[in-house]
Amino acid sequence: MRRIAGVVAVSCLLSCLSLFAGERSPAEPFETAVWPVAPNALDGVISPLMAEAGLSMNLPCSDAVFIRRVFLDVLGTTPLPEEVDAFCADTRKDKRSSLIDSLFDRDEYVEYASLHLADLLRVKSEFPDNLWPNAVQAYYRWISDAVRSNMSYADFARSLLLGSGSNFRQPTANFYRAMEERTPETIAKTVARTWMAVGWNSLSPESRAGLASFFTRVGYKKTLEWKEEIVTLNPAALPVNARFPDGKEATLAPTSDPRAVFADWLVAPGNPWFSRAAVNRAWFYLMGSGIVEPVDDLGAASPAGRSPALDFLASEFAGSGYDMRALYKLILNSRTYQQSSIQAPGITSSSPLPWTRYAIRRLDAEVLADALDRLGGTVESYYSAIPEPFTFIPPSARTISLSDGSVTSSFLMRFGRPSRDLGLLSERSNAIDEEQMRYLLNSTDMKKRIEQSPALKDAYNFPPDKKDAQIREIYRQILARPPLKSEIALFAKLSAAAKSSQKQAAMDLAWALVNSKEFLCKH
Amino acid sequence: MRRMFFPVVLFIAGAALAFSAESVPAAKSAAKAVVQIWLWGGPSQTDTFDPKPAAGYDYNGPYATDIATDVSGIRIGQKLPLLAAMADKYSIIRSMTHAINGHETASYIMQTGHESGGLVYPSLGAVVSYWKPRENPGKLPAYVVLTETQGRFAEEGFLGPMYKPFYTGGDPARTPFLVEGIIADGITDAKQKSRRDLLHAMDTLGNAAPSDPSIAAFSKAEDGAYQMILGTERDVFNLSKESDATRDMYGRNTFGQSCLAARRLVEAGVTYITINYKGWDTHKQHFSTMNQKLPELDKGLSALISDLDKKGLLDTTIVWCGGEFGRTPKILWEAPWGGGRNHFGAAFSYLIAGGGFSGGKVVGATDAHGEKVIDRPVYPKDLLSSILLRLGIDPAKEYPDGPAKGMPVMPPLSDKPGTGILRELMP
Repeated sequence: MRRIAGVVAVSCLLSCLSLFAGERSPAEPFETAVWPVAPNALDGVISPLMAEAGLSMNLPCSDAVFIRRVFLDVLGTTPLPEEVDAFCADTRKDKRSSLIDSLFDRDEYVEYASLHLADLLRVKSEFPDNLWPNAVQAYYRWISDAVRSNMSYADFARSLLLGSGSNFRQPTANFYRAMEERTPETIAKTVARTWMAVGWNSLSPESRAGLASFFTRVGYKKTLEWKEEIVTLNPAALPVNARFPDGKEATLAPTSDPRAVFADWLVAPGNPWFSRAAVNRAWFYLMGSGIVEPVDDLGAASPAGRSPALDFLASEFAGSGYDMRALYKLILNSRTYQQSSIQAPGITSSSPLPWTRYAIRRLDAEVLADALDRLGGTVESYYSAIPEPFTFIPPSARTISLSDGSVTSSFLMRFGRPSRDLGLLSERSNAIDEEQMRYLLNSTDMKKRIEQSPALKDAYNFPPDKKDAQIREIYRQILARPPLKSEIALFAKLSAAAKSSQKQAAMDLAWALVNSKEFLCKH
Repeated sequence: MRRMFFPVVLFIAGAALAFSAESVPAAKSAAKAVVQIWLWGGPSQTDTFDPKPAAGYDYNGPYATDIATDVSGIRIGQKLPLLAAMADKYSIIRSMTHAINGHETASYIMQTGHESGGLVYPSLGAVVSYWKPRENPGKLPAYVVLTETQGRFAEEGFLGPMYKPFYTGGDPARTPFLVEGIIADGITDAKQKSRRDLLHAMDTLGNAAPSDPSIAAFSKAEDGAYQMILGTERDVFNLSKESDATRDMYGRNTFGQSCLAARRLVEAGVTYITINYKGWDTHKQHFSTMNQKLPELDKGLSALISDLDKKGLLDTTIVWCGGEFGRTPKILWEAPWGGGRNHFGAAFSYLIAGGGFSGGKVVGATDAHGEKVIDRPVYPKDLLSSILLRLGIDPAKEYPDGPAKGMPVMPPLSDKPGTGILRELMP
């Protein structure tokens, strides 16, 4: 009885709050009152799902929040102050969608999307996959070229599944090398994980054996060239009982490449696995969690009530010819994506729906490194356990453009860069911990970045009659927005009480803003 | 959550039973801490703990003779006189073998006990911090690396990011030892506090959404960080609290002072400390490098063992020292090596002391040139399982969840007499 009463109370509370959410006043400077964009097709699917749960769309995020958010999600890069100024001053009605369109032509998009794919495909010179540096370079180049040319995701997967030849000369052959073991079963395990987001334990023993059969012909041989390896197809290793994961038996002609038969099945438009895995990952990258979780094992996920969103995106994705940019644009242009990250009060269920807001989360290790290096005028000091020539990264290169998971820095290790051991999204950790916090609050690296920041150098030395302008400039450089009047007043009060010099006070403000959640998180 | 499983591991006797008929007697008390000295790159066994003076110049180069120790019958390399004077405090394993000559796979098997292929297992430090409950957890991490991680493989393995080691950065031979994020140069506590107030006041997003799970996680991490930044536990890294005599005894270099820092960390309740000591991969200029490194090793390691002993901590602290493999006993005089030694995984030596392991013994033997194990091979899993047993962790225990659910902590060992667990060192 109590339980039923509780449910009634909660749903009543939620519906009351849903009225509220629309009426609460926007929290400056993060939210605005009026939607600057019309609902799109995705919102047409999400809104009824929200209404079913007694919810309505959260408030829209402000322009300053939007440009930073979309830059971080698509480019893995914080916008420059000038870019924010120009965007906020722009009065065009379609400025948000124009901004979105413009992002895909930038190098940072290629770098950041390639980073995600290299995580997934385990691009790493050393242990446990041992691709080795030459092959890493070839593989990464191929991946980033595919992103740059917007290769259809189906063609991308198909090319990798059919990869054969020398690891140095045929980049796609490395798909079969970036695995912890070279057996048909491990290949099948990796294929299920990579292209279907299904964990091995979620497949029945028959499905596993049937899937492994497609890869019995894959063989490897060494050459006289150091670390060169050729992925071959052994004609003698005949697959038996090859079976698709949906249970259907495959007919394999003796002369055919069984991998091609599997690839045809995988990327067929009606196949839910491939497109669901891709759209769920895209949602994870953009919104902070999968539509269904765990995002690494859809076989173990229970999509109750969430299927309509997943199915809609999967069918749009297949319908677009597996166009990743189109998928991103569909999500980015939605009100769902452009909601505030500040949750309307009361929605604190332990498993919140994945579309009630944009989730606040700490910046990725690489993205945070780039943001801090840009602010502080510093360069990551990279190292690799192998004496490889590619450890020497030019100072101008962004961390998001690192190709090799074996080339790293102590910063990247500290902030949860993925190991690329298995290619799971859960290998990346964006959780804050005490060690990271101590580094941010109190390390010599951070002290140096703040004191010697080329971006803040001028602002630190503003004369006493320009204190407000000084605060404005520090906010603009670090948070890419103007300070609120209340923030200027609060800081004036606190710095007067602290009795430090104007320059010291300015540095303290910079330190505080760099350590604010607004800087350290996507929001 | 995972920490909730620990009560099941407190049972030395059960572990011994799981291991074989020839049981390992339970020691008076289980070991509480481990100091692992990792000779990164692979040290020469014949120049250190398995000298072969009879093998001649092509094997020994300038190190023609060995030296006697305080234990009759045990002789070690001539560059280690301080260790020679205290051989009763440690034992030497001369028959380590895994036959792997690549740094990455050899490091992996030496640090995890597992052969590569399949899942990436955690390093011993992560295994210990996962399984061993801590008496007074405090704010210091369970697993500390002085001063940088190797990056050969992810030390946390499948246990996930929360089992990564904390690495200090900085240089303990400098004053102050700037441990990243804990010790900052020239910032007073008063300044720390006033800046913290400023941060809280100016944190507009944090203040707008305090109950957001991400924001709450930040606040929690920040509270913990300040407990360390403003607390007393940071003093563990303040080596200037030690007398000049003590600091000199360890050697005034990065390795020596790392050993001193390790002793202080043991005293402070840290469970597992790894000292990553670089520079042992001597394909070229082997002897000039050894002339510089071996005295450093001799001083730092002997000081650590005797200091732990003096403080009554050696009985509960395991010290083990070695690299991913040994080096070719026959010197490569030819170009391009010009007197170097290459990788050698077939036979190499390890030193082990304290934590209930006997001192004054030698396990196993190699042939006349130090090239082949001829008695009592010890595999990495044998050594690592023995260490775990002394810590009260059953190496046959299975992981209760996660990707390795149902997999044992260490691979199964041989239970034939004279193989597997180092019973000869576990009285």
